[in-house]
Amino acid sequence: MKVTVKLFASLSRGRFAVGVFEGEATLTVRDILASLKIPEEEASIIFINGRHEDADAALGDGDTLAVFPPVGGG
Amino acid sequence: MDRILRINMGAEGGPKARVEPLGEYAGLGGRGMTSSIISREVPPLCHPLGSENKLVIAPGLLSGTGAAMSGRLSVGCKSPLTGGIKEANSGGQPAQVLGRLGYAAIVLEGSPGGQDLYKIVINKDGVRIEADNSLRMLPNYDLVNRMREQYGDRIACISIGPAGEMKMAAASVACTDPDLRPSRHAGRGGVGAVMGAKGVKVIVLDDTGFKARQPKDLEKFRDANKRFVEGLARHPVTGQALPAYGTNVLTNIINEAGAYPAFNFKGGQFEGASRISGETFAELETKRGAGPTHACHRGCVIRCSGIFNDRDGKFLSKQPEYETVWAHGGHCGIDDPDTIAMLDFLDDNYGLDTIETGVAIGVAMQGGIAKFGDARAAIDLVHEVGRGTPLGRVLGAGAAVAGKVFGVEKVPVVKGQALPAYDPRAVQGIGVTYATSPMGADHTAGYCIATNILKCGGFVDPLKPDGQVDLSRNLQIATAAIDATGMCLFIAFAVLDQPDTFQALLDLLNSFYGLELTADSVAALGKNILTMERDFNSRAGFTKEHDRLPRFFSTDSLSPHNITFMVKNEELDRVFEW
Repeated sequence: MKVTVKLFASLSRGRFAVGVFEGEATLTVRDILASLKIPEEEASIIFINGRHEDADAALGDGDTLAVFPPVGGG
Repeated sequence: MDRILRINMGAEGGPKARVEPLGEYAGLGGRGMTSSIISREVPPLCHPLGSENKLVIAPGLLSGTGAAMSGRLSVGCKSPLTGGIKEANSGGQPAQVLGRLGYAAIVLEGSPGGQDLYKIVINKDGVRIEADNSLRMLPNYDLVNRMREQYGDRIACISIGPAGEMKMAAASVACTDPDLRPSRHAGRGGVGAVMGAKGVKVIVLDDTGFKARQPKDLEKFRDANKRFVEGLARHPVTGQALPAYGTNVLTNIINEAGAYPAFNFKGGQFEGASRISGETFAELETKRGAGPTHACHRGCVIRCSGIFNDRDGKFLSKQPEYETVWAHGGHCGIDDPDTIAMLDFLDDNYGLDTIETGVAIGVAMQGGIAKFGDARAAIDLVHEVGRGTPLGRVLGAGAAVAGKVFGVEKVPVVKGQALPAYDPRAVQGIGVTYATSPMGADHTAGYCIATNILKCGGFVDPLKPDGQVDLSRNLQIATAAIDATGMCLFIAFAVLDQPDTFQALLDLLNSFYGLELTADSVAALGKNILTMERDFNSRAGFTKEHDRLPRFFSTDSLSPHNITFMVKNEELDRVFEW
C-alpha cells in the first residue's frame, strides 16, 4: 500500500516536505514516525486526510498523513 | 498611570486638553478601560463619526512596567464598521511609552468645527495640540519619517493614513515598532475613521526623562517575571515555532485541516498554500538578508514578527501575519509572496485593516470586478482605496458594503465585520466566536483554533458542534481579561498548557498592584468586560439575531470534509450564560 507523508515546519528540516511510503497493510502513524526518527512528542499534530488522529492510527492505501510539531499563531 | 488625558477636539477656540484623576476608572486597563469608558460615556445610538463618539486609547495594566510581553494597546470607540462597541488591539511601542508617561488613557472627544488636521505631542513638557495641515493625506511611513525629523528617533507614534482621514470603515490606527516603522495596527472595526473624524492625524509620544513604572513589591515582581519569561521560552509554540516562522506557520496547518477559506469561502483548501506558507516566507526572508524573528515592542520575548525584503534586498514590509497572507492571498486566489508583502505594506501605509481590505477585494472578485488570482489587479485596487476613488471608497467601506454594491450573495461578515482566516464550517468553535463576539467576526476574541486545531489547552473536535459553546465562552472570558492586562494574546499558548506560567502572570499583577487575584477573579474581570460590551450593543439595537453567521455557512457544505456549520442557534444564545 502507498501513503503520502507530509512534514511541516521544523520536522521537514533534514528530512523532506512531501514523500511517498510503501509498506504493509498494517502500517501505523507510529511506524512511520519511527522510520523517520521523529520523536512522538515532536509529532504534536497528526492529520490523516485532514482529520486529527494520534500515533496509534492505522493508515490505509492512498491516505495522506500530515505531521506538525507544536505550532501556533493567529 | 494614575491619570486620564482628555482632549476635547471640539472645544471653543480650538482643542483643549485636561488631565483628570482615574476616579471611577481606577484599576482598569486596556480593553477594560476602553470598554468601560465607551459603555458609560458614549450614547449607544450616536453616529460613530459624530461628536458624541469617543476614541479611547489605553495601555494595559502592566504596560510601561518591566513585565515581558506587556506592550499591547487597546483602542476603543463605537465602531463605524459594526455599529457596536469596539476594542481593536495593537502591538508596537506606544503602550509602553504611554504607560511610562503616566496616562492610563487618552480620550479624544468632540469634533473640531473646521477643516484643520491636528498633531498631538506628549512628552516631559506636557501635552501640545497643534494644527498641521501639511500632514494632510500623508501615508503612515512618510508621516512617521516627518515626525522623526522633527522630534528625533526616541518617539513612538499613533497615527492614521489617508484611509482614516477619509473616514473609511476599514481604516486602522497605526502604531510604530521599535525601529519607528508604522507596521503594527489596531486594525479592526474602523477605529482609524473615528480618529480621522476627531481631526487627529498623529499622536507623538516621547518618554525621555521617565522611568519604568515601579511595582509595589519589586522583588516578587522580578521573580514572577523571571518565571513568566522562562515559561514562555519552555513552551514549544512561544519558545520555538512563533519566533522561527511567525503567525503564518498556520497556513499549512489550516490548509491541511481543510479549514482554509479559499476563493471567498468556496473551498477549504488552497492549491497555492505551500507557496505562501510561513516556512516559505521565513526561508525567503533569510535568503534576502532580513529574517523571520523580530519583536514588535521592547520587552517582547516571543518575537513572532519578521522583516520582508524585496528581491533587491530592500525593506518591503514587515513579515505579513497569517491573517494578511490569507486575506490578500488564498482568499483572493493569490499565491505570490512578493505581491502579498506589497499589499501588506500598502495597507500599513494607507492605514487599512488587512483583513477587511483583503476580504473586500475577494468579495469584489466574486462580483466580477477583477479575476481571482490577479495579483496586479489586487495591488491596483488597494491603490484605488488609498487615493479615495469612488471604487476605492466602496472597498474601503469594508466587505459588507462591497458585497452589496457588487451584488454578491456570499459575503463573509458578522455584524458587518469580515471573517478572518478560518472557515467556521471546518472549525466549528471559531464559528461560535465569530457569531457571538460583541466585536463582530473576530478570531482573537475567543481563539478556538488553539483547542480545535492546535491541541493547546486540550482538544475539542473541530468538525463536530459538541463542546464548542463552552470552549468559545471560556476563551472569550479569558481573552477579555488578557486584553485588559496589556499582555500579548500569544502568551495564552503557554498559559493554557502550563499552570505555573499562568500563576506567574497572576503574580506579576499581584506584586505590581499589591493585589491577591486568583484564577476566579481573572475570570470575573473577563465576564465583567463582556457584560459591559454586550450591554452597550444591546442599547445600540443589537439582538440575538445579530449573533449569527451568514446563512450560507449553514446551507452550503465545504470541501474536503463536506460539512456545514452545525451549532444550533439556541446553543449560540447560551454563550454568555454563566
